[in-house]
Amino acid sequence: MVSGGLTKFAKAHPEMDFRYMVKNAYDYAMKDVPSLEKKDIDGSRISYFSDHFTRQLKAASMVQDYLGLNPKGSMRIEWGGATGGEAFQAGFEAVASGRMNVCLVAGFETMSRVQTWKGNEFIALASDTNFDYPIGGFYSGYYALMVTRHIYEYMRKSRFAHVKDEREAQRLAIKEASRILSMVSVKNHLNAMHNPYAQYPKKLTVDDVLRAEMISYPLTREMICTMSDGAAVCVLASEEEAFRLTDNPVLIKGVGCGTDTMRLADRPFGEVPLLKHESREDYEGLDYPGVHSFRAGRAASLEAYERAGIEDPAKELDFIELHDAYASSEVQTYEDMGLCKYGEGYNFVESGAPFLKGMDYGFPTRNAGQIPINPSGGLIACGHPVGATGLMQAVFALWQLQGTVKKHFGDSTLQLEGAKRGAIHSHAGTGSSVTVSILEGVN
Amino acid sequence: MAASAKQLKKYRRYRDVMTDVLKRGAAVYKNKDGSEQLVIKSPYTINYVHSYASDTRFFLGLAQNRLYGSECKGCNYVFATPRSHCMFCGEPTEWKRLSTKGKVHSWTTCEFGGEEFLKETPYNLALVEFEGADSLFMARLKECTVRDIYVGMPVEARFAKKPEYLVRDIWVVPSGKKPVKRTARKAVKAKRR
Repeated sequence: MVSGGLTKFAKAHPEMDFRYMVKNAYDYAMKDVPSLEKKDIDGSRISYFSDHFTRQLKAASMVQDYLGLNPKGSMRIEWGGATGGEAFQAGFEAVASGRMNVCLVAGFETMSRVQTWKGNEFIALASDTNFDYPIGGFYSGYYALMVTRHIYEYMRKSRFAHVKDEREAQRLAIKEASRILSMVSVKNHLNAMHNPYAQYPKKLTVDDVLRAEMISYPLTREMICTMSDGAAVCVLASEEEAFRLTDNPVLIKGVGCGTDTMRLADRPFGEVPLLKHESREDYEGLDYPGVHSFRAGRAASLEAYERAGIEDPAKELDFIELHDAYASSEVQTYEDMGLCKYGEGYNFVESGAPFLKGMDYGFPTRNAGQIPINPSGGLIACGHPVGATGLMQAVFALWQLQGTVKKHFGDSTLQLEGAKRGAIHSHAGTGSSVTVSILEGVN
Repeated sequence: MAASAKQLKKYRRYRDVMTDVLKRGAAVYKNKDGSEQLVIKSPYTINYVHSYASDTRFFLGLAQNRLYGSECKGCNYVFATPRSHCMFCGEPTEWKRLSTKGKVHSWTTCEFGGEEFLKETPYNLALVEFEGADSLFMARLKECTVRDIYVGMPVEARFAKKPEYLVRDIWVVPSGKKPVKRTARKAVKAKRR
């Protein structure tokens, strides 16, 4: 990866249509590598999630046209919430296969064109429309169903195992887990205070998050990402081309992708596919994945770690930009990616490990800096213009590994010192598809 | 009808633009950078002609107060949400009438939702373990609130008297609940208002 560019993610960009947004991000990426010219680009992969939002089919073709890349080859990538991550890997494949020397990957979404509740309906159409949508199913509801079970498996049965009354034990477990999920929301919003591209940077307290409007019990508004307009662009190149263009590229060391059933109701109850530092005894009596965990996230991690030669991700990765569409899915993802064992996600938050060192979150973060998660602010604070989101993570990871955060943000607070290797993680509806890509600095 | 150019209102807040566009058809956004953008309403409605295809028996079953899942004779796996082919071995499944009694596997109360369902909030969704089935079934959980529900709560299915031929023709209620009479339900609704 040699370059990247972003538009600021915003509730609405009425002054730019989707083509103009991509052009902005593209111009930024091209300018960042002066030796890179349009003629160097062999083709593109372009991603956006929803034709309902654009109400313009073949919008990716119009982007290719607007950027002046005709008659070069292109392809549209769509895979729900993981659209950006899939497009990144499609670009990687185009280069790794030798088909292209330089591939442009561009993504966007324009979600402001309908009101939020209509947007919820559009996104809910990415669940089974025979069985899940007609009962009032929508994504915040589905994730709430998942975290309720996660809390039951991992909080009710551990910290509240001693409480005899079942209802009381479950109430207490939900309350305790909600407090911890709020810490994740506080983290991501506060990190974003130093990211000029973020849509919702703010300083919150745990109580602010808990007291925010309830959307789908137990998830409040501040635990959920919002809809956004935005675009992101990555330029990927072969090794030879990359070093011709710049002396500061980043290596895509390994990629992985996993899937699961579209309907939550169909998720099986089997065994955990183990990472190298786990054993079968760790998970005796655990029905997996059920609806408490994302099997696709585990499958994607297994593949990416294998290709990158990673055995213990918490020790071998310096940061992760992961898909925190919900504070709950961030915690569930810690476990899928093996940063801690299944069931330890809440403890992992409380240990402080995923927090940044030197920031005042308003509560103790003992092991802060161990493995910062979403130093950029993630989806919760940056926004989630679906087709751009996974590429936004790649751009943040590039700048982090190049050590150029200050140049691009005008603020060095989020620059992690000595960051050598990071992961990006993109995730589609209820974990029906997940991508993990490992990036490494070469200097 | 769109307002004529002279009548177009200009707004500095995009939220106000959206409200006016949806009401009057067009408005102008006065951007922070000094530029102006014309914003119009662009309606889109459609009626699809949708076949339930091989899931048909499930939906016809609901109209007869019957819950059908499907069973793989090869794996002996019973899908509470029917699939015509087994997701493990790929063999065709057979229809199987399921018990209408079960337990809550997980749940939530939705205070918000897609536009079509906003007027029904708050409502509960549950993933249900029906007796004898290996996979789950997602349904509305009615006649109880966020204070009553817990994982493991026994529930039983209810069926719509007049089928819509939608999956919401079935829902679950806490076991042992007496059927709420229509008049009583109306009274509860009136009280809530």
